[in-house]
Amino acid sequence: MTGLRIEEHPVLDFPKRKKVKFFFEGKEMEGYEGEPIAAALHAAGVKVLHHSLKLGRPRGFFCAIGNCSSCLMIVDGVPNVRACTEKLREGMRVERQVGRGPSLAAR
Amino acid sequence: MEYELVVVGGGPAGLSGALKAAQNGVRVAIVDRQEELGGQLVKQTHKFFGWSRRGAGIRGIEIGRRLRNAVLAQPHITVFTGTEALGYYPDNSLLIEGPSGVSRITGKTFLFATGAQERMILFPGNDLPGVYGAGAVQTLMNVYGVRPGRSVLMVGSGNIGLIVSYQLRQAGVAVRAIVEALPQIGGYAVHASKVRRLGIPILTRHSIKEAHGKECVEGATIWELDDKFRGIPGTEKDLDVDVICLATGLTPLGDLLWQAGVSMTYVPELGGFVPIYDENMETERPGIFVAGDAAGIEEASTAMLCGEIAGLAVAAKLGKIPRHRFEEERNVLARELAALRSGPLSSKVRTGYERIRALVQGRRGS
Repeated sequence: MTGLRIEEHPVLDFPKRKKVKFFFEGKEMEGYEGEPIAAALHAAGVKVLHHSLKLGRPRGFFCAIGNCSSCLMIVDGVPNVRACTEKLREGMRVERQVGRGPSLAAR
Repeated sequence: MEYELVVVGGGPAGLSGALKAAQNGVRVAIVDRQEELGGQLVKQTHKFFGWSRRGAGIRGIEIGRRLRNAVLAQPHITVFTGTEALGYYPDNSLLIEGPSGVSRITGKTFLFATGAQERMILFPGNDLPGVYGAGAVQTLMNVYGVRPGRSVLMVGSGNIGLIVSYQLRQAGVAVRAIVEALPQIGGYAVHASKVRRLGIPILTRHSIKEAHGKECVEGATIWELDDKFRGIPGTEKDLDVDVICLATGLTPLGDLLWQAGVSMTYVPELGGFVPIYDENMETERPGIFVAGDAAGIEEASTAMLCGEIAGLAVAAKLGKIPRHRFEEERNVLARELAALRSGPLSSKVRTGYERIRALVQGRRGS
């Protein structure tokens, strides 16, 4: 994992968790089980999670607590999943969403 | 399921309200969308001020832990975590979605302690990934152990901006500067001194002009402001940052209150639209109470006290405690609250609450 993970902290302890593999845009990545998808992606250097509806502008997370809808992604085929609160699981398939994402009816 | 009190929001205000009500015999349900109770306390690694019996000298995370443990040990309280409140219905029910799907719970009374959300400010590039709310930065690094980037521009020198700058340094992230549009620093001097001792410049009368980057933030330009808060051309400075952190204030999260038909009013000193409520934290819809940032942007110590007042008022309304005992205890809490709000930095919120009091009194008089 990259240098964005905090290994030592003067106040906090981050207990070691289980590493899991997941897929981002088809590419295999590693993160910790139970952390939000956005945290795992950020630690892996992925900041763009979404593209805006009208202008296709890149979007990352903004509030990180499930309020703002800036981080909506397609997770295991389901669009509009909040990557900042959805927990990472082994084998998850995560994709960037454009606008509203694919219609569920088309699946 | 029917409860005597349904609390929406398990932060300092909601938990304090739930505890106070339950201790007086009220059957309570708490609904919170996070997995862990505590609200924003779960990421506050700094020590609190105020009085020792109100948690001064204790880190926010520890205050959250104590509240959480007290709530979990309280047999009158049922906790629904990982559960979102989707809507309030006029038959006193709340639609919730949790791990076991969508269901409905009803309450004789409600306490909406739904907190706040971060305010966005306008500048070119403010939608780029890398522009994050200060709360988001805190969550990412203090809860999940991930740094937001390597180098940060902090916008806003209120307590949140100062504290998060300090925490960024604790996590090993550089803070290039803190810019503040006003001529003076917004937060407590003790936080500002801590940050300055670390060598982080606090630039008053400065703001961000624009963010640079194609896919995400690759830099920022700041500039000086004149007396009318306009940027002064020629004073621009480029900063090599990959994160722009916005600590430009919070606004109450009132969606459920609006939806429940509670009367709201715009009070800029309290962060935006807030519910109109009386000295017992009860809104104009009888049985709906509010506390914490949803009732006006303040801080955790006052949120806990307001929560307690609301919890006590619920117990009194439901006839669990005699009126005189309620008034006695409420007055003690109200005095404590007034003392916490007596400092010079609270003058803004005092003005805000006076506006609400005046509104309530005006309506009672008419």
